[in-house]
Amino acid sequence: MNLLLLAVLLALAGAAYLLGRRRATKLVGGDPRALHSRPTYHGYYVALWCGLPALALVLVWWLAQPQVLDRVVLAEAPASVQQLPPERVDLFLRDARSLAYGGVTSGTPTPELERAAERFRSLQTAGRVGLSAAALSLAVAGLTWGRRRVSPEFRARNAVERSLDVFLVSCSTVAILTTIGIVLSLIFEAARFFALVSPTEFLFGTQWSPQTALRADQVGSSGAFGAIPVFAGTLVITIIAMAVAVPVGLMAAIYLSEYARSSARAVLKPVLEVLAGVPTVVYGFFAALTVGPVIRGIGNTVGLDVASESALGAGLVMGIMIIPFVSSLSDDVISAVPQAMRDGALGLGSTKSEMIKRVVLPAALHGIVGAVLLAVSRAIGETMIVVMAAGLAANLTANPLEAVTTVTVQIVTLLVGDQEFDSAKTLAAFALGLVLFFVTLVLNVIALRVVRRYREQYE
Amino acid sequence: MSEATLGQSRRTDVHTSDAAQRRLRRRYAAERRFQLYGLFAIGIALFALGWLLTSIVGRGYTAFTQSRVVLEVEFARDVLDPDATGDRQVLSGANYAALVKSSLREQFPDVSGRRERRALNALVSSGAAFQLREMVLADPSLVGTRRAVSVPLSDDSDMFFKGFIRRDVGESERKLNDAQVGWLDALQERGLVERVFNTTFLTSGDSREPELAGIWGAVVGTTLTLLVTLLLCFPIGVAAAVYLEEFAPTNRWTDLIEVNINNLAAVPSIVFGLLGLAVFLNFFGLPRSAPLVGGMVLALMTLPTVIIAGRAALKAVPPSIREAALGVGASPVQTVLQHVLPLALPGILTGTIIGMARALGESAPLLMIGMVAFIVDIPSGLTSPSTVLPVQVYLWADSPERAFVEKTSAAIMVLLAFLILMNLAAVLLRRKYEQKW
Amino acid sequence: MALASTLPKIVARDVDCFYGDKQALFCVNLDISEKQVTALIGPSGCGKSTFLRCLNRMNDVIDGCRVTGKLELDAEDIYGPDVDVVKLRARVGMVFQKPNPFPKSIYENVAYGPRIHGLVSNRGELDELVEWSLEKAGLLGEVKDRLQEPGTGLSGGQQQRLCIARAIAVSPEVILMDEPCSALDPIATAKIEELTDELRENFTNVIVTHNMQQAARVSQRTAFFHLGILVEEGETGKIFTNPGNERTQDYITGRFG
Repeated sequence: MNLLLLAVLLALAGAAYLLGRRRATKLVGGDPRALHSRPTYHGYYVALWCGLPALALVLVWWLAQPQVLDRVVLAEAPASVQQLPPERVDLFLRDARSLAYGGVTSGTPTPELERAAERFRSLQTAGRVGLSAAALSLAVAGLTWGRRRVSPEFRARNAVERSLDVFLVSCSTVAILTTIGIVLSLIFEAARFFALVSPTEFLFGTQWSPQTALRADQVGSSGAFGAIPVFAGTLVITIIAMAVAVPVGLMAAIYLSEYARSSARAVLKPVLEVLAGVPTVVYGFFAALTVGPVIRGIGNTVGLDVASESALGAGLVMGIMIIPFVSSLSDDVISAVPQAMRDGALGLGSTKSEMIKRVVLPAALHGIVGAVLLAVSRAIGETMIVVMAAGLAANLTANPLEAVTTVTVQIVTLLVGDQEFDSAKTLAAFALGLVLFFVTLVLNVIALRVVRRYREQYE
Repeated sequence: MSEATLGQSRRTDVHTSDAAQRRLRRRYAAERRFQLYGLFAIGIALFALGWLLTSIVGRGYTAFTQSRVVLEVEFARDVLDPDATGDRQVLSGANYAALVKSSLREQFPDVSGRRERRALNALVSSGAAFQLREMVLADPSLVGTRRAVSVPLSDDSDMFFKGFIRRDVGESERKLNDAQVGWLDALQERGLVERVFNTTFLTSGDSREPELAGIWGAVVGTTLTLLVTLLLCFPIGVAAAVYLEEFAPTNRWTDLIEVNINNLAAVPSIVFGLLGLAVFLNFFGLPRSAPLVGGMVLALMTLPTVIIAGRAALKAVPPSIREAALGVGASPVQTVLQHVLPLALPGILTGTIIGMARALGESAPLLMIGMVAFIVDIPSGLTSPSTVLPVQVYLWADSPERAFVEKTSAAIMVLLAFLILMNLAAVLLRRKYEQKW
Repeated sequence: MALASTLPKIVARDVDCFYGDKQALFCVNLDISEKQVTALIGPSGCGKSTFLRCLNRMNDVIDGCRVTGKLELDAEDIYGPDVDVVKLRARVGMVFQKPNPFPKSIYENVAYGPRIHGLVSNRGELDELVEWSLEKAGLLGEVKDRLQEPGTGLSGGQQQRLCIARAIAVSPEVILMDEPCSALDPIATAKIEELTDELRENFTNVIVTHNMQQAARVSQRTAFFHLGILVEEGETGKIFTNPGNERTQDYITGRFG
């Protein structure tokens, strides 16, 4: 139905284009030089007037419809439903919707529910008809209006280009909107969490067990939300990952850019990039099924007790994942060091490694620091490896052989599966997300600034 | 001042003395060590890649074949349609499992007792009954006939024939008991067991039974999701890149946009999932588990990549092209749309493909918006519940059955094949249109 | 030969140099005498810098560069199979066209060479050597109080003298200078020229320049290159007043180049 409407609107716009173009040509008796803008621009102009307002209307309705329908249905529902607590009202509406559009309800439908579902159905049909009528008349009105504006003096090209400009600008603000959306949604939900749990408990508490009672009458712990063990676990795994990725990535980059013959480089570089292209879920599977047991086996033979989901395994594999990231960033940075600097060092009789260690690396230090910061930010935000290979238990430990948990693991476990959306448990995920976002943001901002300053130094 | 001594030392050939030779040898040793560290680092990376790939392929390649058993099935009328109604309803509700059981009993007539019978029946997949039902529904004239049908074995039997369940371990540590092993051996001796290409794996949706589980549902879900991603992030990304590179004035606003894009490119993907959950699901009330929402979230995540690649491609078009077009009276918009953009398009496409490849491998944000459910049906539209290939991998990786390890690895192989294809396309595109100005 | 008594420090016989398929030097024969300044002149692209870079094998850095013929330093083959490039470059130092101080302090720039070559055994000796080198390069007075400041903060002329100090701190036998003044203003140039003349006391000096006055002012001998061929070589005075070759004549009188 929606698709059909869209198709009709597009066809109308196409017709409007032809009409506009023909009218422009006709007005000047077939001599396009008498027109300010070429006939096609008049066509585009009319088509825009025909299509855009109608499409905008469709889009707005499409976004607003669920809310509007919910409101109307709820307003007409019996008082017994309206007086339910908010989450029960949500459940009622959800059930009514699934009953109306064919889905699974949470129980046997009550008469109220049947009525509400019926109302949903009729409202939706009415909405569709109304929307189609409104959109089509808007399109026709736009067509008429646009066509009337066509005249030899009319600057159709400028008008079309202006609307294109608006389109371009709005596309480039999507990035800003995304950031605002992230910040607002995280802050909003985290604020709801902090209304239930104090920020000091969250940031400095050492007990993390978010399994609050799912139902009010269920007995069990009320949950503890001290995130220190979670942060500590993230830190342990990040350190292990960096201990692998930074030396290996850096030395690989140095070897490739300074020592390897160009034929070897042509093969090795893409191979390293393959490592970067492997999906993280694959690394997670690899860590859980292959690396974890190997580490445990090694631990057993030397008499160490290694948890089956150890921080070491997850950290190692994460380090492997980040190797190509570090090496390609440091490769950029190292090759930005001017040849004159290398010549200077070699001309004094340095060996190649002396040149690298004493001149190139110090000169590239800022860039390398930036690269490492970006890598740290990636390690902190990495999800699948730790979800699959690190544990869930929030142990406050620095022992890499034990299981630890991380911020991302907790976000996933708290949010996957059906939950009521106002429990402290689900909201805690957003508080963790907020911390994650700001920490990585700070790291990224610093890193990008350091790298940019470094680039400018040698430009 | 000791100029004299320094001058002296300079004159006595500081670089050719024996001491100098010894120093030199030490320096060369350090040089070799350093080079060795480099080689070692490369070696670690290559070893990790090799280990990763061999462990995946080694575990996964067997999933592309499947063990089946050829049974003589009696499509008994008194089981399927005792009143000879020919009604589809009756035929579809009949007890097909009984047909499988009775034909197994024919093979092993001396098996008696409930436990033994159950153990015997467990050798064949529960999918066998579904298969028989579909056969009958497609051709009701089968009722009352008897014919040989190849039906899938259970996952444990499959694992046994593939050698993952070994007969030399103790019975208590094996998923099949000694009697079952004996029956399977007997079936094989009678030439009834066959290993065929596993079409189920490529053409079915998910299932709790490993031998019936397939990736097609996830592949369709992935396709739908990526379609949404592409439709959103390509036009928006190109438009944003064109604006920022060609039209935007340099002021604080565009500076802000630029910093923003660079930062978004480094935001953890899971944060985009939180955004999708809070905004698309909770605020706009869009359906959970839908490719539409997944595609939107991935589009927001991929957008910075596309914009950055697009700007680089536009920047690579030399100013002389723009000047030439402007010089013959084209408007700036015409210049960009008709001259600059076509030249930059291969670069933009390459960037987009790479961005899409990343989106293809992404799973964390999709977990947040519920694309992690157990979904048997093949998704039919942008709002029907579905999952994607990487999330399917995640789901299967969590399953305890040995047979799912094989399926997970095989799904990874398919995923990697898609990724390789996409990257290959990007490389070829780059190579074909690579221009030096 | 001006000083027939001394053996030439560097001997070049039939030297050819190729960049890939392109031949940059054709059969160059040249003797460079000890403790003198030899100037290599010629128009751009004539091969003079290429020849200079052959003398301490800085051409090795360039992919596809190949040198044939005989090049000897103190009768030792520079391109011999068992020649140690590191040792060679310690003995034959180089100053580049554009000043290229390391992004380190002034002190560390000069101390770099002695450190890597292990020329000093303690901090006191190193301090002395750094001061001596800066003094020799005529820079000590200007930077005495800010040895720990970055070398990149100096002016262009000072940077180039820092590079000279850095080169002589290694105690080389020969110093190669590749158009050391081309990026400098006239006052800085004058200082470098003065310095070049003083360095003759301790070092053999080869300087590439396309400024003929400079060659005339600082060198004892001059070699004129054109299109990769060594056209003429001789005492500077003679080359500039009475060249034996028509092309040299044309070049130094400014008819081409």
